[in-house]
Amino acid sequence: MTAAGLIFSNIHDQSIPEMTRIRTMASIPYGCRYRLIDFALSNMVNSDITNVGIITHYNYQSLMDHVGNGKDWDLARRSGGIKILPPYVTAYENVGANKLYENRLEALMGAVNFINKCGTDYIVLSDCDVILNIDLNRVLEDHVASGAYMTIVTKELEKGSYRFEKPVSVLKVDEDGRIVDLEDRCPERGNVTISTNIMVISRADLQNVVSDAIARGLKSFHKDIIAKNLKKKLIRAYKFDGAYSMISSLAGYFESSMKLLEGDMRRDLFHNGDRRIYTKIRNSAPTKYASTAKVKNSLLADGCVIEGTVENCILFRNVHVGKGTVVKNCILLQDTYVGANADLNCVITDKNVVIKDDRRLSGHSTMPFFIGKNETV
Amino acid sequence: MFKKKECVAMLLAGGQGSRLYALTQKTAKPSVSFGGKYRIIDFTLSNCINSGLDTVGVLTQYQPLLLNDYIGNGLPWDLDRTFGGVKILPPYQGNQHADWYKGTANAIWQNMEFINRYDAKYVLILSGDHIYKMNYAKMLDFHKQTGADCSIAVIDVPIEEASRFGIMSTNEDGSIYKFSEKPKNPDSTKASMGIYIFTKDKLQKYLEEDSKNPDSANDFGKNIIPNMLAAGEKMMAYPFEGYWKDVGTIRSLWEANMDLLGEQPALSLLDEGWRIFSRHGAEAPQFVGEDAIVENSSITAGADICGIVRNSVLGPDVVVEQGAIVEDSVLMTGVTVKAGATVRYSILDENVTVGQNATVGEYRMTASEVTVIGADVTVPDGTKVPAGSMISEM
Repeated sequence: MTAAGLIFSNIHDQSIPEMTRIRTMASIPYGCRYRLIDFALSNMVNSDITNVGIITHYNYQSLMDHVGNGKDWDLARRSGGIKILPPYVTAYENVGANKLYENRLEALMGAVNFINKCGTDYIVLSDCDVILNIDLNRVLEDHVASGAYMTIVTKELEKGSYRFEKPVSVLKVDEDGRIVDLEDRCPERGNVTISTNIMVISRADLQNVVSDAIARGLKSFHKDIIAKNLKKKLIRAYKFDGAYSMISSLAGYFESSMKLLEGDMRRDLFHNGDRRIYTKIRNSAPTKYASTAKVKNSLLADGCVIEGTVENCILFRNVHVGKGTVVKNCILLQDTYVGANADLNCVITDKNVVIKDDRRLSGHSTMPFFIGKNETV
Repeated sequence: MFKKKECVAMLLAGGQGSRLYALTQKTAKPSVSFGGKYRIIDFTLSNCINSGLDTVGVLTQYQPLLLNDYIGNGLPWDLDRTFGGVKILPPYQGNQHADWYKGTANAIWQNMEFINRYDAKYVLILSGDHIYKMNYAKMLDFHKQTGADCSIAVIDVPIEEASRFGIMSTNEDGSIYKFSEKPKNPDSTKASMGIYIFTKDKLQKYLEEDSKNPDSANDFGKNIIPNMLAAGEKMMAYPFEGYWKDVGTIRSLWEANMDLLGEQPALSLLDEGWRIFSRHGAEAPQFVGEDAIVENSSITAGADICGIVRNSVLGPDVVVEQGAIVEDSVLMTGVTVKAGATVRYSILDENVTVGQNATVGEYRMTASEVTVIGADVTVPDGTKVPAGSMISEM
């Protein structure tokens, strides 16, 4: 049994417009040193899936820069490895092929060569807005054993533990694990089972899906492929029990990041046996804590210099926190420089932000104050 | 580019480092951890690539396994090249001889073919047990400009310490007229840093002569340099200013680690223009817990700190549990200090576990010597390890 992976890097770009103006969803920085795509990629590599296509759409410079030739995921291979699949736009009029894709099915049409040529038995599809550490081998085994047409990794969320600001696939699953209903909506209350959008399908079936979609002009993967087939074909749910979070807005990004300060989430994601999360190596020096540093309940990357107070924060690489400065409940991205005697609360800074001495900035956990890339306050 | 290299670097990494005792039981000195996420050899390798030298032979002999693994194909240092790059050179069986490396000069002599394969005009000889940042390209320019046969990098040391080093006595133009190995009454403060650039033809000539002398120690400092001086070759001292430390002893290794701390550290690794590269795993970000106190310390990826850490350098994946105290210490990769344990003025090698309420070392003010615990040792709960101990098994 062999499997290839296909990652959709742009599908949810509208979720966090603040951060995706200059990058894809896949390349949003997350958890001190990662980008969202690291989870999808690492899950695949950790499950011996070493033939991975990344479907891109627009703004994919930062993604190309991050992924490179894939060597940080041990995916710089002669056969297989990482393939970036840019939009398939030709110079000729050719309806359907010369425009950027607008949905998942069209994206798959652009990847048709990869699907046809990768030569594996199965394909694992994954998005970039989910954060989890999962053994895909078990999903694949489950898929093969059940003889299902498609297996979707699902997550049960308890009431009150989630907040979605855009529709997600809400599923109904029967006792045998068969998905009997799929609805794209914004769940508001009660326990729900949602799709993580990680799916397994045989390559032959995916080829049929794509050619069928081209022939019949189908548009929606969820409506036309999944929902319509729920009665005819066995589409199964694979229940994922580990730590999970999905990012659907800036507030959701903030909340999800802060969840990393809880031991369980952090351990499940980052200290899960041999299944580590890989990312591009930057060779930052270790983080320096000055004599005046007061750091509590925070997660920090390497390369930081901390001279002030840091509480409940997520600090990315090479962040500087000056003397007398108090930073609480903040997410400071790579190369953020905070001068002396500043006071920050519930602030998210994008890369390379400079906050000068004595500045006072505050947001709220439901509405974090966001400062865009390269801005100076 | 694919036929010739102007200068090839040869890095002597075979030394046992016996004065590091417990730390070099299982590995060679160049692969001993330093500064949290580095190994000693990272500094020389990074200096090479940062100086634009992309062909480095690493001569190994003593306990090379970890070093082989660590260097691998050279990727972390950007030294994975089609032509050149980093190559591990262990002793080998030849047509005429099969020998261990008998001395530093003999090691290079046995690998003359490697140097000639790149048709190198100059050879840079380095040792893998010093911590420093140096641009070898500048030294090579100096070597070419002065037309020297051999250039030796020297650093000014306090006169009272000069008798610990190889001392160069120089004329005003920097040319060397006398070399004395560890002189009792030094007449100069220019100490050799063990970094040499030779014009290859001269090097080959003297190595060949030396190889034919059965009484020779086959050592650069003892034989090659004095022989060249005696023969009147042009020997130049290249003055180096900056941080340089031989980390050959426990004390100096501890000091060099501490030099990374403080507001104006003697050695800064945050210099983006001269980065030190290292091979590392996929460690998670470091976590500092609710009750933790971290002051004047350097901490790196994967660490989980819930106790108190002061004036210390911690490596990847170090765990300091609640109520544990770590002060004035160097903790290498994967060290765990359990709840209530105390570690003071110590070096703990990789994967050491200090059990609950155990005590290792003493306050720096009262302790005689640094306490050292070798790799993979577990200090049982409640045990007291006295200051100055050197433990490789427990």
